[in-house]
Amino acid sequence: MGAEFVQLSLTPLLIGILAAIACALPGNFLILRRQALIGDAISHVVLPGIVVAFLLTGIISTWPMLLGAAGAAVVAVVLIEAIRRVGRIEPGAAMGVVFTSLFAAGVLLLEQSDTSGVHLDVEHALYGNLESLIWFSAEGWGSLADPAALAALPPELFRMAAAAVLILALTVIFWRPLKLSTFDEGFAGAVGIPTAALSLGLVITAAVAAVAAFDAVGSIIVIAMFICPPAAARLMTNRLEIQVLWSVVFATLSAVLGYVLAGYGPLWLGADNAVSAAGMIATVSGLILALACLFAPHRARIGAPRGA
Amino acid sequence: MPGLLLDALLLQAGYNAALVALGAALLGMAAGSGGTFLFLRKRALVSDAVAHATLPGVGIAFMAMVAFGGDGRNLPGLLLGSAVSAGLGLLAVEWIASRTRLAEDAAIGAVLSVFFGFGIVLLTIIQTMSSGYQAGLESFLLGSTAGMLFQDAVVIALGGALAVAFVLLLRRPMTLVAFDAGFATASGIDVRRMDLAMMGLVMAVTVIGLKLVGLILVVAMLIIPPVTARLWTERTDRVLLIAGAVGGFSGYLGAALSASAPNLPTGPIIVLVSFALFLLSLLFAPGRGVLAALVRHRRFQLRVHRRQGLLALAHGEAIFDPLTLTVLRRERLIRQDAVATEEGRALAAKTLRDEKRWALARQVYQDEAVSGRYDGLTPIESVLTRDEIAEIDRQLGPPAPVA
Repeated sequence: MGAEFVQLSLTPLLIGILAAIACALPGNFLILRRQALIGDAISHVVLPGIVVAFLLTGIISTWPMLLGAAGAAVVAVVLIEAIRRVGRIEPGAAMGVVFTSLFAAGVLLLEQSDTSGVHLDVEHALYGNLESLIWFSAEGWGSLADPAALAALPPELFRMAAAAVLILALTVIFWRPLKLSTFDEGFAGAVGIPTAALSLGLVITAAVAAVAAFDAVGSIIVIAMFICPPAAARLMTNRLEIQVLWSVVFATLSAVLGYVLAGYGPLWLGADNAVSAAGMIATVSGLILALACLFAPHRARIGAPRGA
Repeated sequence: MPGLLLDALLLQAGYNAALVALGAALLGMAAGSGGTFLFLRKRALVSDAVAHATLPGVGIAFMAMVAFGGDGRNLPGLLLGSAVSAGLGLLAVEWIASRTRLAEDAAIGAVLSVFFGFGIVLLTIIQTMSSGYQAGLESFLLGSTAGMLFQDAVVIALGGALAVAFVLLLRRPMTLVAFDAGFATASGIDVRRMDLAMMGLVMAVTVIGLKLVGLILVVAMLIIPPVTARLWTERTDRVLLIAGAVGGFSGYLGAALSASAPNLPTGPIIVLVSFALFLLSLLFAPGRGVLAALVRHRRFQLRVHRRQGLLALAHGEAIFDPLTLTVLRRERLIRQDAVATEEGRALAAKTLRDEKRWALARQVYQDEAVSGRYDGLTPIESVLTRDEIAEIDRQLGPPAPVA
């Protein structure tokens, strides 16, 4: 746990944790509102957004890609809503139509355009490049106090931290209206909370989390973190405050355990190559959810027989 | 390129391409009709979990086949592995949704992301395996027909044909279950077994489609055709037929298009063809289409303006609304200077009479069946009997002519 850890593992680990928390926070509300799959849809449509942004600007840089991805997420949400209303199609199917088609369009655009010179491909979009976000100029824990070394931290870290702080702040600021409208939309509307705007805001926040996290860790982690930690937390308690805390704990645990298992697990087993950290973090979050499904105190529906 | 496309459409672009196009058409038909049952049971997105859950199976099957000294890329072996893990994923979704308080959407999301993540872990292990194989398992993510072996194409075509046969065989009981599970139980159909058969069909389509369209996009072949078909008709059997046709057509056209030029990946093209069909249907379908809705709205608007215009004539009020004036002029109910014609006065009197009859009727008949029908447009003759209207007329007294 010395210089090598700081240089190679500290920043990916931090980015992983921040991404996990940023996704898990809005995930709590999405799960309670039965919109869990919005996260799935958003993480698929991020691809065409990024490809279009790249084709328009011709460069791989942060802001155009973030804007493109966010734009695609909004377009997808609007399309889903339009198809649902105009064609009177149930929301799940409308979502399925939109996100697969947009994803297909993204893949086609990617294949048609010349992206051989830049680092943009479908695999990257899916699994991210968490392992490569290393801190080159770090020489040990002392570098944390060294301004020159700090300036060379991967920019993804700051971006992810900013997104996580923003989402945390939004969650705290809108806590009461969010909680009210999630549990009783009619009552929330009656006391003057703009529920429709709040609902859209939640989806946009989720999109921000997805887009910021996607850049660093790929869309697998995004979907897994939207759903698994909040779902496991849901089985631990009946109180929203506690549930959100649990989800943060589970998200952090998944990120840390997943990263360590991916990086060091194969070495312990005698292999000499690490496996995908993004995939491993998703796997660990799934194991946590499985344990919660089997043993968590509030796993059964209210009224269901004990031990059923 | 047009020449090439024509060749591909007429199955002249080579034996493999022809097989792939036929396989894609069969697969599309099976997926479209199989997806209909899923869609009608409102479980369309379960297929997303099933599709993503195939990935670990592909990885494990590859590793197992290499470990036993075989060729890791043997397609039937890989498909078998993917079917097993897809089945496990499906069981996991059902178990979470039925045994815990989590809703089905959360279960779907959890299963698809976790299985997919684990599959990616396995893929990275395979990439570093020292067996010397260039696995190319990534092609299962997005599908790839480039460099497809002849026997793989045969597997896809045969699988597609079997799935279509399966749908034909079970279409009646499955339609019944999808349409009305309670009635199906009452007529002696084992709903659970039919659900299982439906899921088996979805799994089969997913697994066969893996090589062709890839596991991320195979969901689209199960969802888009039924949604498209649903826009055209309100009848289950027709939804089934149209969905099969849309799926088959997009599979065939998509495969042909992708064979006609480089850099046109088969899976995305098939999905985009079916999405184009969906968009066309959304615009032009009768009943649920945008165009039909606009026409309906316009007709309603004209009827309201006509009625209100006639009432204004009856009351001797001036009309200012340009649309109302146009409507009345077109039917020659008023002259160019907005003075009512003979015919206009007659109709206005009739309309006013209808309005007065309604006002009285709504006081007399307070039940929903009568007063609920009042929308200011429905003539009272279509709601009340002649005797009832005569009774109302007796209370109203003789009609007054419009000046």
